[in-house]
Amino acid sequence: MAVKTFEEQNLILNMGPQHPSTHGVLRLVLELDGETVVSCKPVIGYLHTGFEKMFEQKTYWQGVTYTDRMDYLAPMSNNLGYSLAVEKLLEVEIPPRATVARVVLAELTRLASHLVWLGTQAMDMGAMSVFLYCFRERERILDIFEACSGQRMMTSYIRPGGLAYDLPNGFAEEVKAIVDVMPARIDEYEALLTKNNIWRDRTVGVGVLKLEDAISLGVTGPNLRASGGTLDVRRDFPYCGYEEYDFQVVVGERGDIYERYVVRIREMRESLKIILQGLKRLPGGPHVTTDRKVAFPPRSELATSMEALIHHFKLATEGIRVPAGEVYSVIESPRGELGVYLVADGSAKAYRLHVRAPSFATLQALPLIAKGGLVADLVAMIGSLDPVLGEVDR
Amino acid sequence: MSDQTTVAEQPAAPEKDPVLAQVEERFGEKLLESSVVLDQPTFAVRREDLIALATFLRDTAGLQFVRLSDLCGIDYLDLGKTPRFAVIYHFHSFQLNRWLRVRVPVDEDDAVVPTLTNEWSGANWFEREVYDLFGIEFSGHPDLTRILMPDEWEGHPLRKDFQPPKEPHEWSFNPEEWQKAVQRGS
Amino acid sequence: MGLAMPSDAQSHQKDGAPAMLFTKLTDWGRSQSLWPMTFGLACCAIEMMGSAASRYDVARFGSELFRASPRQSDLMIVSGRVSQKMAPVVRHLYDQMPHPKWVIAMGDCSSCGGMFNNYAIIQGVDKVVPVDVYIPGCPPRPEALIDGIMKLQKRIAAKGSKEGEQ
Repeated sequence: MAVKTFEEQNLILNMGPQHPSTHGVLRLVLELDGETVVSCKPVIGYLHTGFEKMFEQKTYWQGVTYTDRMDYLAPMSNNLGYSLAVEKLLEVEIPPRATVARVVLAELTRLASHLVWLGTQAMDMGAMSVFLYCFRERERILDIFEACSGQRMMTSYIRPGGLAYDLPNGFAEEVKAIVDVMPARIDEYEALLTKNNIWRDRTVGVGVLKLEDAISLGVTGPNLRASGGTLDVRRDFPYCGYEEYDFQVVVGERGDIYERYVVRIREMRESLKIILQGLKRLPGGPHVTTDRKVAFPPRSELATSMEALIHHFKLATEGIRVPAGEVYSVIESPRGELGVYLVADGSAKAYRLHVRAPSFATLQALPLIAKGGLVADLVAMIGSLDPVLGEVDR
Repeated sequence: MSDQTTVAEQPAAPEKDPVLAQVEERFGEKLLESSVVLDQPTFAVRREDLIALATFLRDTAGLQFVRLSDLCGIDYLDLGKTPRFAVIYHFHSFQLNRWLRVRVPVDEDDAVVPTLTNEWSGANWFEREVYDLFGIEFSGHPDLTRILMPDEWEGHPLRKDFQPPKEPHEWSFNPEEWQKAVQRGS
Repeated sequence: MGLAMPSDAQSHQKDGAPAMLFTKLTDWGRSQSLWPMTFGLACCAIEMMGSAASRYDVARFGSELFRASPRQSDLMIVSGRVSQKMAPVVRHLYDQMPHPKWVIAMGDCSSCGGMFNNYAIIQGVDKVVPVDVYIPGCPPRPEALIDGIMKLQKRIAAKGSKEGEQ
């Protein structure tokens, strides 16, 4: 009997949007030649929420609560980016206590975000224990956030004008306790992974992103620095007083998955240094600006001062009025350059608020680094780019 | 990070921002707008001059705005400006450590802008997003399709006069029928 | 619309204590070993991961494994906002799950659209799939998710699993 031969064709495989390892609702349409990825097309939009439209409908204070939900692994970073943009147009003076607390909280957020990244990347590649260890530490950081704002994740704690509430009693001691314990814990993670032959075999030389491609694509953050780029907005374009803190910007060379892993681990250690310095210089004083057009007057004044009452009324009914203008304000979120382009028209609502999400640009690098690689490495590559689909899709 | 404005001999005349000076010298009347807002130079050009300006900003020594940071659209309908739309580009220079803004006004009836994907591959998804949410097309874009909304979606959500569809989509799950089925089963 | 299963209604009509005991046992077993599908959509998914991790450990409640394939899971925890593009996918996955199956709408967005009353978000995943338990919160704490799972467990053990069937 003659055996009918068949033509070999490339296989089109659909990965996601529901997939345990796509770090969110990401769909990849893969063209495979056997095990080799010939092309990879990400399809996004499965989490599009219309944030930018919501910002136009809500006042600036209400808008802060929306920012948490974009990059949901680093909510305070988003709060900070948004608040800085609004404050640039308001030209308001932020008290030093709020400024230093913002730095401490932003770095704690960076730690928490990198812990989730490490846990999920390791879990995707089979190292389940690292996931459990990372979340153990992250729970302690979330306890701090809960003590500050009442909410574990979506804190909306950093608002235009300063902080939502004053820091809780014992904040400095609690944070110091975490910072004291973390270096040993990071050593634990490194002991499991950094010199692990399986980890190295799967990540060294895999998913290489070259520097010129990274710059052309607009990749920023640890991904860019692992490829050799030296942009760190905290050092190059400091905000919140970052120029007074002593920390290293970690830059890699090879641009493979292992390098991105090393850069983020070292960044976690640098964050601890910054937090310690911040705690040392945390002053007393008000936690929010005294400009009554931006922040509520203290309640004790409402009984005696007519002006305070009027300010309170105006703020509660209308919200903050931001003078007309436009600004592009940038911060370094755990994923890279988080830009907020704000166009204000003098009213209490933003006219246009566009968020330049770092993961949106970074995810464009995925087809490039996946091409020619094995389909089995794809999961590691996605994890190493650390996308958060909430901010990709907005 | 920001250029220090040096005090000139005549105290009333501050020195012009060097980025502004260089660009104005090269492009002159082609610039519809040229200013510095909160230390961010802002230029406006017509779409024909966009690529020339962008590549000049990238390649000139002393400017080196090599990174395209952001690309977004804006609808000026409620502000009453014409043309109605604009595409806003933000470029970043490692050397000068600054960001600048380029605005390209776009007419409602002729909403086409040349693509920047040939110069910056990262512009790809940003331009698709502007197309999806505003309806502005980018000529020469390799794959100008909707990126955030479903492919069969009608309308451009971020336009100021966008009306969401009145009828909710009918999904295959019908609550009334399911209720009836549960009651039948029990 | 899922695999055809012999209706539990028939077994309840059978006379005799052994049949009833057997059904009660299977219901109890199903409730104590709910295997969720990995269906994290947005921020609630991170709290779901937190509930599966070291401190809250939902594995104690029977959800030892989060199965990736809908064919191997019986609980779909819709954790996060459901966008226009994602809604048919949710329905598709729900249809692939074999009976008996349950759905928990975790968080405000999947319960009612949450803070996103706009063009992009489906105002509640119950417009797409039938929901058994709604857990409010933005995001609900891991303890709240575990409370929701426990409520579902009680419900399954008490009323039986036929409510999960259509």
